[in-house]
Amino acid sequence: MTTVFYIAAIIAIFSTLRVVTHKNAVHALLYMVVSLLSFAVIFFLFGAPFPAALEIIIYAGAIIILFIFVAMMLNFGSKEANEREKKWISPSDWWAPGLLSLILLGEFIYLFTAGGEVTTIELYPISPKEVGTALYTKYILGVELVAMLLMSAAIGAYHLGKHKRKEYHRFLKGDNNEEN
Amino acid sequence: MDISVDTGLLLAGILFLLGLFGVLMRRNLIFMLLSVEIMMNAAALAFVVGGAKWKNVDGQVMVLFILAVAAAEVAVGLALVIQMYKQFKTVDVKKMRKLKDE
Repeated sequence: MTTVFYIAAIIAIFSTLRVVTHKNAVHALLYMVVSLLSFAVIFFLFGAPFPAALEIIIYAGAIIILFIFVAMMLNFGSKEANEREKKWISPSDWWAPGLLSLILLGEFIYLFTAGGEVTTIELYPISPKEVGTALYTKYILGVELVAMLLMSAAIGAYHLGKHKRKEYHRFLKGDNNEEN
Repeated sequence: MDISVDTGLLLAGILFLLGLFGVLMRRNLIFMLLSVEIMMNAAALAFVVGGAKWKNVDGQVMVLFILAVAAAEVAVGLALVIQMYKQFKTVDVKKMRKLKDE
């Protein structure tokens, strides 16, 4: 169990370092996914299976995809990007993140078959059931506040990202068409 | 060395510092947002370690809140990045000097 933790920790530090220092945004995002997967392994080892699952589903599955969309949108239609789209991704770009995520997959399989969260005396695992119970009894107000925050963030993002177009009232529309 | 609270917190500290380094050193706005995500993750790890030490669910509940805040922050931040790119044709923060006192 200790070796599993140290391998995951080394992968986390290495891939995070690559994220921070990489030149290419999309390759950095690939390493970010690896970093989040190693975070998930570490959460699982520290007795937090629910946050570990959410780390993969929400962070790697939703937030990083949003980043990738924006990173690819920013030079959408440029000549260089069109040239790159016609080529396959070269193995030198993906073998390192692929290998690291394979190692993490192996660690996850080992942890599930060995049937264990952390076994030290000092640390206690907490089951998803306890988290859910606390979330919907003690912290129900917090959950509602978070829902409101997400709603306002969605509206704000829509408003900021909207393509601004001049719109006229239907009574003014005719006049403007004549002017044009 | 066994897995302990100390190693967990040490790892969280190292990753937080890496994220801080990224925010301070990079000029690309997308990388700065990513580094903020790394810092939030490191904080979440510290919460998980604390929750495991004191056998308390509060740590993991706080991780969920951090997750939601990160999602909201990314949605608004990336919309701002897109607006910035539309107006300035760059995501380099050093190019944005409109408010600089000269």
